[in-house]
Amino acid sequence: MSYLEYNTKFVPTGLRKLLYLNWPIIMLLIAVACAGFLMLYSVAGGSSDPWMSRHIERFAAGLIMMLIVAMVPIWFWRNMAGVAYLVSLGLLVAVEFIGVERNGSQRWLDLGVMDLQPSELMKITMVMLLAAYYDWLPTHKTSRPFWVFLPVCLILLPTYFVLAQPDLGTSLLLMIGGAAVMFVAGVHWAYFATVISLGVGTVVAVFKSRGQSWQILQDYQYRRIETFLDPSNDPLGAGYHITQAKIAFGSGGWTGRGFMQGTQTRLNFLPEKHTDFIFTTLAEEFGFIGAITLLVLYVLIVFFCVASAVTNKDRFAALLTLGVAMTFFLYFAVNMAMVTGLAPVVGVPLPLVSYGGSAMLVLMLAFGMVQSAHVHKPR
Amino acid sequence: MLLGGVQLSVVTALGVRMQSMQVDQAEDFRLLAEENRINIRLLPPARGVIFDRNGIAIADNEQNYRVVMVREDAGDVDEALAKLLTIVDLPEETIAKAKEEIFKRPPFVPVTIADRLSWEEMAKININAPALPGIIAEVGLSRVYPWGAELSHVTGYVGPVSDFDLSRIDDNDPLLQIPKFQIGKTGVENKLERTLRGSAGNRRIEVNATGRVMRELDRVPGTPGKDIQLTIDARLQAYVQARLNGESAGAVVIDLEHGDLRAVASAPTFDPNLFVRGISVKDWTDLNENKYRPLAAKAVQGAYPPGSTFKMVTALAALEDGQVDPEETVWCPGFTEVSGTRFHCWKRGGHGNLNLHESLKQSCDCYYYEISQRVGIDKIAEMARKLGIGVKHDLPLSAVATGLAPDKDWKRRTRDESWRIGDTVNASIGQGYVLASPLQLAVMTARLATGRSVTPRIVRAIDGVETASGAGASLGINENMLRRIRASMDDVSNHLRGTAYRSRIVAEGNEMAGKTGTSQVRRITAEERAAGVTSNEDLPWERRDHALFVNFAPVVNPRFAVAVVVEHGGGGSKAAAPIGRDITLQALYGGPPPLEAYPSGDRDRIAEQQARIAEMMAAISTKATGDRA
Repeated sequence: MSYLEYNTKFVPTGLRKLLYLNWPIIMLLIAVACAGFLMLYSVAGGSSDPWMSRHIERFAAGLIMMLIVAMVPIWFWRNMAGVAYLVSLGLLVAVEFIGVERNGSQRWLDLGVMDLQPSELMKITMVMLLAAYYDWLPTHKTSRPFWVFLPVCLILLPTYFVLAQPDLGTSLLLMIGGAAVMFVAGVHWAYFATVISLGVGTVVAVFKSRGQSWQILQDYQYRRIETFLDPSNDPLGAGYHITQAKIAFGSGGWTGRGFMQGTQTRLNFLPEKHTDFIFTTLAEEFGFIGAITLLVLYVLIVFFCVASAVTNKDRFAALLTLGVAMTFFLYFAVNMAMVTGLAPVVGVPLPLVSYGGSAMLVLMLAFGMVQSAHVHKPR
Repeated sequence: MLLGGVQLSVVTALGVRMQSMQVDQAEDFRLLAEENRINIRLLPPARGVIFDRNGIAIADNEQNYRVVMVREDAGDVDEALAKLLTIVDLPEETIAKAKEEIFKRPPFVPVTIADRLSWEEMAKININAPALPGIIAEVGLSRVYPWGAELSHVTGYVGPVSDFDLSRIDDNDPLLQIPKFQIGKTGVENKLERTLRGSAGNRRIEVNATGRVMRELDRVPGTPGKDIQLTIDARLQAYVQARLNGESAGAVVIDLEHGDLRAVASAPTFDPNLFVRGISVKDWTDLNENKYRPLAAKAVQGAYPPGSTFKMVTALAALEDGQVDPEETVWCPGFTEVSGTRFHCWKRGGHGNLNLHESLKQSCDCYYYEISQRVGIDKIAEMARKLGIGVKHDLPLSAVATGLAPDKDWKRRTRDESWRIGDTVNASIGQGYVLASPLQLAVMTARLATGRSVTPRIVRAIDGVETASGAGASLGINENMLRRIRASMDDVSNHLRGTAYRSRIVAEGNEMAGKTGTSQVRRITAEERAAGVTSNEDLPWERRDHALFVNFAPVVNPRFAVAVVVEHGGGGSKAAAPIGRDITLQALYGGPPPLEAYPSGDRDRIAEQQARIAEMMAAISTKATGDRA
């Protein structure tokens, strides 16, 4: 829709916009973030240092940023999509050369005030670009091979750089997230069927390649996959983390061991307890009830996003909202699957709960745009 | 909608997974979590203390002060060690070794820098604790033998448990898995290990993934080992050791009332504390290569031909058998011909006509050559066993010798040879195959003196509960015959012509009865005998005769029996009897006897000897008590 078309409809202006925010989503985000605060307090052994206080600051900053972004009309963000994508891509390339290396991966850029993880930013800007692309593209061209090939390139380009960091988890999320946007934009299902069968073929090839000269994945990735398939193979080595995580998760029982009573967490048996594996701490301390509650909160966020999107007649806004919802869904679903032993450990944080600046800020930025789409919905 | 469906199924899968893990398998996982976090550490119990009969500790536990370092608390390890060195003086290599250990272990593990510090050093470290980050002075328990060498053959010693120990003993006590845990290696410490050890306590501690101790959950104290009281009189034992000083000898003092072993001494001896601390290679070689074998507890482990001290056995066997009338005389021309071989008496010219009494008093050999042939070896061996020779006495000491009371059956079994008459003749005077330990000789004397089956005991009480008395029931030997033997032994010591007359006791009512013995360790050939037997002084030490003496005292209502064996000491009357007499007096008087108890001519010499020994004992007792202060 053009600006003129918008003017013909009712669009709230000024502070009235606050009333039209998607408040349920905001409340849910705050609830999830609070679970994060609680868990970070617990894993630090009952201390707001070093994680909880910074997490709160970031969330507050993220919330303000979200509101600011929400106030800006959605068409502005549509116009910014290309620029945002290029900036993200530039940062990704920069990481290759001047990135900070941690735990064997080069994923971060030192910005002075904070370390930025451009791959996180990329997840959102790619969704933006794809939404803008399909908004611009006439509907009848959507399934034409050239017009399918173009967004695929836009997805694969950043994926390549992320994979090179190496960061298998994020690159997979990028691809799946991008593909999801293309799917909801109406690209013919046959393309997806082809890609999926090719993907399965690739997986077979990947396993066949092990030990050969053309080995595709890194050894550690193979080990992770093997460990996932049977963690008992190497309980003290590669399988140690996931085994301990499962022990923590399972020992929670129905109601958990109580706040700050999780022995696995407090005694450091859990790896990455404040980042990727924080969900196990929650499950250990609050049990099945706590874990399922958090899952429901996440599902509700996705639900409200989808509800907002399907009622939105602006194609960009709808696609963007669905894309963000999909990315968000992938985040928590993959993370939870990972810590419960359903998926390999690929290093995906639990959105809003895991400690980490980039993911949190980028996510809030994304929800800012979702809010913007909701506020500026033509009514 | 398809996408929504996919999402929904993923969420459902997650929920189901959570449910199965947290609800269905919760118990299993919780168990795993407990196993993860709880570690059980053993608390070693205090080892039982060994006391002598008067309640003097002879194997005790001392506080072992040691200084440990926790690397992560110390900051700069070199600096901390340098600071420590300004406070206490520690050898260079100790520090170097400790430093190596410190960097090998995880930073939170306390590493012992040095142990066995003095109390002053400990206090200094504690006072300076604020200036010594990461350095802690700790207290543990370690075995100590306050009397040092005096009782080492009885108590034995403890040492750190070794792989060899673990392979040898069938014991799955978790305590043995503690590195450097002290277990008994020899003597009472070894034989009564289980009693002394006690059982481990434990503390359950919570650890984190790297093994760092987070907190103690609870503590179950162990049961300390049981205290053991021995029958040994440490002061008497110290006297005996001092008296045997310079000899290679064994001596046993047995109390006739309960069979209590008052002293079980072997010389030379060694300091058991050397082993507790880990013996140096040099000390070990010295002990092992010493030809006087300090490590052997000769009093119980040594088996010697008993020589003439065995004559009581032969005589009693003959009397019991009715083959010999005590008044019957035997002609001693200096030798006896038995099936073509000449068996010589120790007295070249012979003793002339002797009856039983005279033969024992003068220790004539020919008399026994004669009567033994009449009674036969089997009866003699039977009597020997009845009196405790050739029988293994059940004592909690290392390698208690069985000795040997040979008979026909034994020779056939072990050598596949038939018994010869010459063997009987040799055995009759305690030579040939006969072997007895000083302990067995003391038991023999005790049984002769009482007519009861006196059984030696060395453990008087365990944790205050007295053990069975070794008084024993009557042996069933005709008392009249025993009386004759005792009267002869009385004359050995108290008759002018007795072989131990020079070592008599003159104190009224404390006189002793004894028997000397001299056992050959070489065969004297006919040519040598013709040329004149070489006197002991001219022989190399290893080939000299063993000197033996057994006695009981007082003659009337005897209280103690004593046996002394001086290895290669020469003649029994000269080398062993004086020692036996001195020990007996010491036991009878419970301390240094008055000089009046000695024959008047010896008193000056004895006074000098007593002063010398008193000095040695004073040194021991200050050491024994000085360490405790």
